[in-house]
Amino acid sequence: MSATLDAPRKLVGQPLKRREDPRLITGAAGFLDDVKLPGMTHAGVLRSTVGHARIRSIDKSRATAMPGVIAVYTGQDFLDLNPLPCAWQAGKVQNNVNTPRVLAVDEVHHVGDPVAVVVAETPYQAADAVEAMAVDYEELPVVVDAKRATEEGAPQLHENAPNNVVLQWTCGKDASEVDAALAASPVRLDQHIVNQRLIPTPMETRGAIGRYDPGTGDYTLWATSQAPHVMRLLITAFVMGIPENKLRVIAPDVGGGFGAKIFLYYDMPLTLALSKKLGGRPVKFVEDRSENYLSTTHGRDHVTDVQIGATEDGHITALKVKTYANLGGYLSTIAPGIPTTLYGRMVAGCYKIPNIHVDVTGVYTNTSMVDAYRGAGRPEAAYLIERVCDLVADATGVDPADVRRRNFIQPDDFPFDTGIGMLPYDSGDYEPALNRALEIVGYEDLKQEQARRRVGGENRLIGFGLSSYVEVCGVAPSKWIGLPGEGWGAGLWESANVRVHLTGKVVVTTGTLPHGQGHETSFAQLVADELGVPYEDIEIRHSDTQGTPFGFGTYGSRSASVGGTAIFKSVAKVREKAKKLAAHMLEAAEEDIVWENGRAYVKGSPDAAKTIGEIALQASVAYDLPEGMEPYLDETTYYDPPNCTFPFGTHVCVVEVDQDTGQVELNRYVAVDDVGNVINPLIVDGQIHGGIAQGLAQALYEGAVYSDDGELITGTMNDYAIPKATMVPIYELERTVTPSPTNPMGVKGAGEAGTIASTPAVANAVIDAVSHLGIRHLDMPLTPEKLWRAMRMAQA
Amino acid sequence: MFPSQFDYYRPSSIAEAVGLLGANPDAKILAGGHSLLPAMKLRLAAPGALVDLGRIQELRGIRVNGGVTLGAMTTYEEIQDSAEVRQRVPMLAEAAGTVGDPQVRARGTLGGSLAHSDPAADLTAVFLALGGEVAAVGSGGERTISADDLFVDLLTTSLQPDEVITQIRFPVNGGTAMAYEKQEHPASGYAIVGVAAVLQLGDGNVCQSARLAVTGCTSKATRLSSAEAALVGQPLNDERIMQAAQGAAEGLEINGDLYASEEYRRHLVTVMTRRVLQRALSTGTN
Ligand SMILES: Cc1cc2nc3c(=O)[nH]c(=O)nc-3n(C[C@H](O)[C@H](O)[C@H](O)COP(=O)(O)OP(=O)(O)OC[C@H]3O[C@@H](n4cnc5c(N)ncnc54)[C@H](O)[C@@H]3O)c2cc1C
Repeated sequence: MSATLDAPRKLVGQPLKRREDPRLITGAAGFLDDVKLPGMTHAGVLRSTVGHARIRSIDKSRATAMPGVIAVYTGQDFLDLNPLPCAWQAGKVQNNVNTPRVLAVDEVHHVGDPVAVVVAETPYQAADAVEAMAVDYEELPVVVDAKRATEEGAPQLHENAPNNVVLQWTCGKDASEVDAALAASPVRLDQHIVNQRLIPTPMETRGAIGRYDPGTGDYTLWATSQAPHVMRLLITAFVMGIPENKLRVIAPDVGGGFGAKIFLYYDMPLTLALSKKLGGRPVKFVEDRSENYLSTTHGRDHVTDVQIGATEDGHITALKVKTYANLGGYLSTIAPGIPTTLYGRMVAGCYKIPNIHVDVTGVYTNTSMVDAYRGAGRPEAAYLIERVCDLVADATGVDPADVRRRNFIQPDDFPFDTGIGMLPYDSGDYEPALNRALEIVGYEDLKQEQARRRVGGENRLIGFGLSSYVEVCGVAPSKWIGLPGEGWGAGLWESANVRVHLTGKVVVTTGTLPHGQGHETSFAQLVADELGVPYEDIEIRHSDTQGTPFGFGTYGSRSASVGGTAIFKSVAKVREKAKKLAAHMLEAAEEDIVWENGRAYVKGSPDAAKTIGEIALQASVAYDLPEGMEPYLDETTYYDPPNCTFPFGTHVCVVEVDQDTGQVELNRYVAVDDVGNVINPLIVDGQIHGGIAQGLAQALYEGAVYSDDGELITGTMNDYAIPKATMVPIYELERTVTPSPTNPMGVKGAGEAGTIASTPAVANAVIDAVSHLGIRHLDMPLTPEKLWRAMRMAQA
Repeated sequence: MFPSQFDYYRPSSIAEAVGLLGANPDAKILAGGHSLLPAMKLRLAAPGALVDLGRIQELRGIRVNGGVTLGAMTTYEEIQDSAEVRQRVPMLAEAAGTVGDPQVRARGTLGGSLAHSDPAADLTAVFLALGGEVAAVGSGGERTISADDLFVDLLTTSLQPDEVITQIRFPVNGGTAMAYEKQEHPASGYAIVGVAAVLQLGDGNVCQSARLAVTGCTSKATRLSSAEAALVGQPLNDERIMQAAQGAAEGLEINGDLYASEEYRRHLVTVMTRRVLQRALSTGTN
């Protein structure tokens, strides 16, 4: 069931420039902070300056008296609001769930934990008043390291979570079985691997505007969100206890999310509740960058010990993984699902590994919450298994490319079950992408150049790294992802409505929404082809719960494969109805109607065709419809995918390492990705580019660091290095195309692939550059000093 | 990131600026704002008033008069783009091009950088190695401060609170070789270690005088006097350069942080000194 589209492809596959870009790059977009409402007030949040403490008292007297201050509230004022829900309680965490309240009550658990809010006439006045508040803390011992937090004598964060354990989860074969397989393996390796903490850093920080209408009792929330419908559900049913239909959630233009804007945050219910307390004056809260770093979710933060078994010829026979996943001071919305389903069940990568056991301990620490960040679990898995491949290559002397080739799942193995609880991989052909990447980069020449420099004693060493990845996208079949105790207790289908107006103009609504991905362009291309109407006549509407069917939003590279399929199916329904009506208009039998490029005609008489516009008009004026037909061309689909999709590919990175300084230079970056069929190659390339940048930044630059007493040392962009344009290489991209059998368009997903692939490609390249010195592994970020020290130690 | 409340003045002459500074003891000068405003937004600084030099024409422009004189409000970008500077003081243009990113270079000023005396700034070391001087005007009138006397300590200069740097002057001598080498912080572009070198070369590449200055690892831009001593009077060859570089960090009090330790920076002082000398020699004299 691969891609067959009714209409001849005209726009799908074309690199159309994004229709949203003129608005976004000329300052005409409307981001959250651009929203200005009559009577709007501004909230400022007072945050904990200590990592762990009991709140003895909060002195708000000075703040209350300051100019422009309307009100000051603390956590005690919002006891009627429930703690935020944790929606994905994977690993059976029900007994030790601890989530934040809108403002901390009694105790704070990390620096940045919100403890009070000021509402003022201007943001400046709010900031001044926040500074004028004083909190008397009874400080408690702090723990920031996940493994340490589970050890005896560690500070305890929550009463219901002994030893700070959130979840204890395993997948794969029994530990004893894998132990036996390890013991029987001719090659045995152990490695300690840290996947450091990252701060997502979208260009736009987060925020919310809440407005209560005292006349109707309706609430409206504007929020920087990747999932407005889900926010509405969680806020109404779980936090505020108000009817779901009394809240409208709007996500204005969203300036990047990378996962961090999927979740429910304190400020959303808080601004709504504040607006009600103020009798309906809207309340705006927008984080500044420092607040974003302290209290929007972070990503990754795994400490892993892996035991590897292999044969002398590089076949991986067994993998035993023990991971401590730091989840922060509380559970964010889907935090438990990331190190379990999306990491543990993906550690096999693109390889057939007969014996795998994964053991994950999720842990509370006095740090910001950790949740999905671009790739969410899969980057951790890909980094682990791709480091493993290189370690096996190093130990056996088999070329790293051959280690991958020898372990690859083969094309006729699909659908392939890795045996660790992931859905079966849908389709793949891994070797051509690997071969092509090596061909582009000139693998054999690189090896010679590497040897030449090593022998010649040159200061600048060369290294190259491979990363063959597979990831899971298009989340997800409800009956898999929803399973309580393992999944998140709800579906992950998607909705779409397609409506052809009387004038032939088309409005499409989708439950997915863009924060940089170009939905408005790609989806319009799809609809133009499938319905046969001009691209310009199609509007893609999203991001507002009002007037759109429920949808789950955008994350997990699901928009095209799940959201797009819902659109595809709605268009098909519209077409079917239009065909029926055309048969009526042409006084012919429906079976005799041919549908071609948005026109319907009777077989053999293409000249007497009815256009979709004419049919829509007839459907709308409705005075001459076939017996029993409802007016209007208006169709909705709720699409639940039968499987996820599994994009894959191979990336190769070439680096130079300056031995004098340890500085790494990225020389070349080749990516051959397979994201299935491609709707808009320009957009896919853009997604891959950005993804690679974010992934290579983890390898070389980024790393969030807490001091032992819980202070975020990398709390500003002066310390936390995100990549600038001058810090990334020219990308050399190519693609192979293996359509997904999961959906009728054959698309897989491209939003996270680059990030997942690039971190190991870069890290492997850097480690390869210094491997002749006996260096086997280095933890990221691979800063100049770290490399310099490693080289010096190795040479000493 | 909202600064606390302040008054804002925009004088149109140096005299008016000095007057405003005198009348507002808790006022601060605002130049490009790329050090001061971030500090205010983080509420690390809370001046009661800002005196914006942006509209004072006398503080702009680049003039050639034996040496090169730059108005204090000259931006990095203007320095980078100036043919006069490139020709006569190439290291200044080169170093200006390594500051931050294009946005920072479009706003940040030479006067602001010197007055701020950030321990990781680039042009402080360049100014010191070039042996420049600043003209400053305050309530006590105008005076000249030489490069060796300007930087006092971390974020501290010998300027009085009401003194405005008006001009920065660089000498131009024949037979000079110069270069700036830096390893930068990936987040900000600031120097982890930067070394600026200015060498006066005679026949047979004999070093007649040497001024080397380091930034990024010390509390303020600092002369590398032991390296200078190792060079002066000597014909410069690889061996001599290695020797000078080896001892370059001697006697320096070097700071470390999370990103780069004291030990690593000490090592980088040697590497950057060697590289900057090699490059200065290979580019040749003006
Ligand atoms: C993202 C970023 C990256 C940066 N990267 C670098 C880098 O790589 N290298 C580097 O060197 N710098 C860097 N900087 C700092 C930048 O160069 C600043 O512009 C510079 O340090 C200060 O110059 P300014 O004109 O912006 O001064 P301002 O910020 O306006 O002022 C700085 C201080 O100097 C005082 N002052 C200003 N002008 C005068 C004057 N004429 N007389 C007396 N006092 C005065 C002010 O009162 C204030 O105390 C960076 C800054 C940012 C924001």
